[in-house]
Amino acid sequence: MLLSRVAERVYWQGRYLERVENTARLLSVYSTLLMDLPKGTKLGWHTLVQITGTEAAFDKRYKQPSERNVIRFLLSERNGNSILDYLALARENARTTREVMPTECFELINDLYYRAKDHAQEAISRGPRHNLLEGIIANCQQINGLLAGCMSRDEAYSFVRLGRSLERADMTTRIVDAGTSDLLSPIESMKTGQEDGGPFENILWMNVLRSQSAYQMYRQHVRERIRGEDVVRFLLQDEKFPRAAAHNLTTLTKVLQKLPNSGKVKWQVDKTRRLVRNQDIQQLLNKGLLRYIDDLQQELAAVHFRIANTWFLPVK
Amino acid sequence: MRVNWKTYNPGDFYDELISSPGYARKHARQLASYLKSLTHEELLRKKNAAELAIKTMGISFTVYSDAGNIDREWPMDIIPRLISGREWDRTSRGLEQRLQALNCFIHDLYNDQKILKDKVVPSELILDSANFRKQCVGIKPKFNVWAHICGTDLIKDKDGQFYVLEDNLRVPSGVSYMLENRRVTKRVFPELFENNYDIRPVTEYPTQLFDALAALSPRNVKYPEVVVLTPGIFNSAYFEHSFLAQRMGAELVEGGDMVVEDDKVYMRTIDGLSQVDVIYRRIDDLFLDPAVFNKDSVLGVKGLFNAWVKGNVALANAPGAGVADDKVIYTYVPQIIKYYLDEDPIIPNVPSFLCIDKKQCDHVLENLHKLVVKPANESGGYGMLIGPQASSKELAEFARRIKANPRNYMAQPLISLSTVPILGDRVVEPRHVDLRPFILQSDKSYVTAGGLTRVAMVKGSYVVNSSQGGGSKDTWIVGDD
Repeated sequence: MLLSRVAERVYWQGRYLERVENTARLLSVYSTLLMDLPKGTKLGWHTLVQITGTEAAFDKRYKQPSERNVIRFLLSERNGNSILDYLALARENARTTREVMPTECFELINDLYYRAKDHAQEAISRGPRHNLLEGIIANCQQINGLLAGCMSRDEAYSFVRLGRSLERADMTTRIVDAGTSDLLSPIESMKTGQEDGGPFENILWMNVLRSQSAYQMYRQHVRERIRGEDVVRFLLQDEKFPRAAAHNLTTLTKVLQKLPNSGKVKWQVDKTRRLVRNQDIQQLLNKGLLRYIDDLQQELAAVHFRIANTWFLPVK
Repeated sequence: MRVNWKTYNPGDFYDELISSPGYARKHARQLASYLKSLTHEELLRKKNAAELAIKTMGISFTVYSDAGNIDREWPMDIIPRLISGREWDRTSRGLEQRLQALNCFIHDLYNDQKILKDKVVPSELILDSANFRKQCVGIKPKFNVWAHICGTDLIKDKDGQFYVLEDNLRVPSGVSYMLENRRVTKRVFPELFENNYDIRPVTEYPTQLFDALAALSPRNVKYPEVVVLTPGIFNSAYFEHSFLAQRMGAELVEGGDMVVEDDKVYMRTIDGLSQVDVIYRRIDDLFLDPAVFNKDSVLGVKGLFNAWVKGNVALANAPGAGVADDKVIYTYVPQIIKYYLDEDPIIPNVPSFLCIDKKQCDHVLENLHKLVVKPANESGGYGMLIGPQASSKELAEFARRIKANPRNYMAQPLISLSTVPILGDRVVEPRHVDLRPFILQSDKSYVTAGGLTRVAMVKGSYVVNSSQGGGSKDTWIVGDD
């Protein structure tokens, strides 16, 4: 028996924690990527703001998308879009659902929140930033590990997974979007399908994969040299890699089977899944990805609304 | 530097650890010598460890302020407070006796009103009371019990005896901190639990509470649905609401989670509506049901009161139970015990003066600077006057208030609260304490082993409320079982 309100809060806990981890991954990889690219590459920090969909809020606060400003905005500042904000929200949701989670869950999130808060200011400079971000990622994985190892496979667990998988699918599409857009691709040749994209394409796509901890798994399973097309296919359509969009949509389908009244949600997930699976990637890259990713994100948003309408408390 | 019990000086007060300079009371000797075996630096390290544990475990309470609500870490002093088992056994019988009598009293007030007819308690005190709920007249809750959970504040005077300072029959809080204090102490002083001390465990409270609540279920089902109703995360006791729900395995609900249909209460779950049998409500009577009480309340559930009247759901504590924890009614409790149980009170009241009585009121007004004046209906130490510490302006203001509404005030001499040692930055020093044990009454009674000790952390202060800078201590009942 799971209260609607509790279902909503554990769902958001799952989402926010995943968002914390993904944002930390993005910042971490981006900070390293910059060191490898030639000076003058048109790779601004503003891209991160675009990937996270926070342009309006950022532009309201800052004129320059400098490293310092973007890091502050996405990491330490309390503006509704930073890692600290998401951690505070995850903590608040965990605090109000302590009765359905393993005891250590709140304690770990609470601890992570305070640690991030205490060190967020120092992370403006690159050295401490690396340590903090790696620590945040490790702690998020620890929390996921705790839930995997110590939480009953009950309805609350299902809602944590719904939140986590949906958020993950969403972030993966954003990263693919960024990887193929002009902003992140200094190499024109990639879009023309040319075999050799040059040395920087390689670096770029390696980092895209790294941002999802996907590099080794890609190497293992794709066995091709790193090409944009294959990376996009891997991140969108791979069923086995747990951060790939298709894998997460399949997870959603499996979780939904365990929940009551899930028909409408399942319909929407299936629709989204088809959109991902049946897509010819080669063709997509030639046409340009922008429109497609927009559609995909709208479908993912629709999944959320179906979930909310089915199980959460009606909005007053 | 180490603790020197010879220079530890409680002055004119009864100290619970030290009987005379350098000598610990019998049941406290081991603690006193253990503390002496540690350097002050070691003690401070333990204190830091305790603070860290409290922060990580998220043991907090909310302070309301102009700047918004602040979630603060729970303040706990690491030196436990000791009470001997023999003394506690007697006290605990006294607490059960008191709650039993109070429940007879409440039930009588809403039914036959014999005690008023027999003029043991003046009927105008009840009928004019802001806490007498006319809507409850004629209702007979299961076991005739109205106050199922009671937090009674006890203090020790110079004579070292326990006195009852007040009864809290509405939504007394603090029990989660009693449990968490013990958990922290176990982390900080594990060696004390290994040694010879026989410390009575406190951990069974949530189980006892759950059993007491489940026994109230109107439906005869194997697993009645018990829920804890909280006003939400902004309430100062939210931590406790969540904690008790966790420990009981009960649902933690807010008003918006429930709905009443056909005089039955349901909660909204992902499977649809599911019936609720027992509500441990942690919101005040007046917010329970906008259809009956405060119509602007968004914390409660419309139709809840009627569902209770119809006997389709149990409310703990029952609406209207607060009629007996009025501070003026308090002064009649000894007579109430005698009247219903034909027994003498085991724990005495603090001597009190009733302002509603002309003679006593004159005495109060003449001696205001020596007395503590309390309004009938406030809790948390608000609206009180501590005469010996008040300015002449405050004294005049209170005299005016008392004259304007004598029914609303009672006065007591300033009790010289007992002291126990706390760990200061440089030395171990005496501070004043009180004690809030928790008593359950349903199909049977239960009293916690000890309770929540609150301590005034400021030297010489009597203010123990956590909302006003008080701290707390783990409380040990030791030996003699």
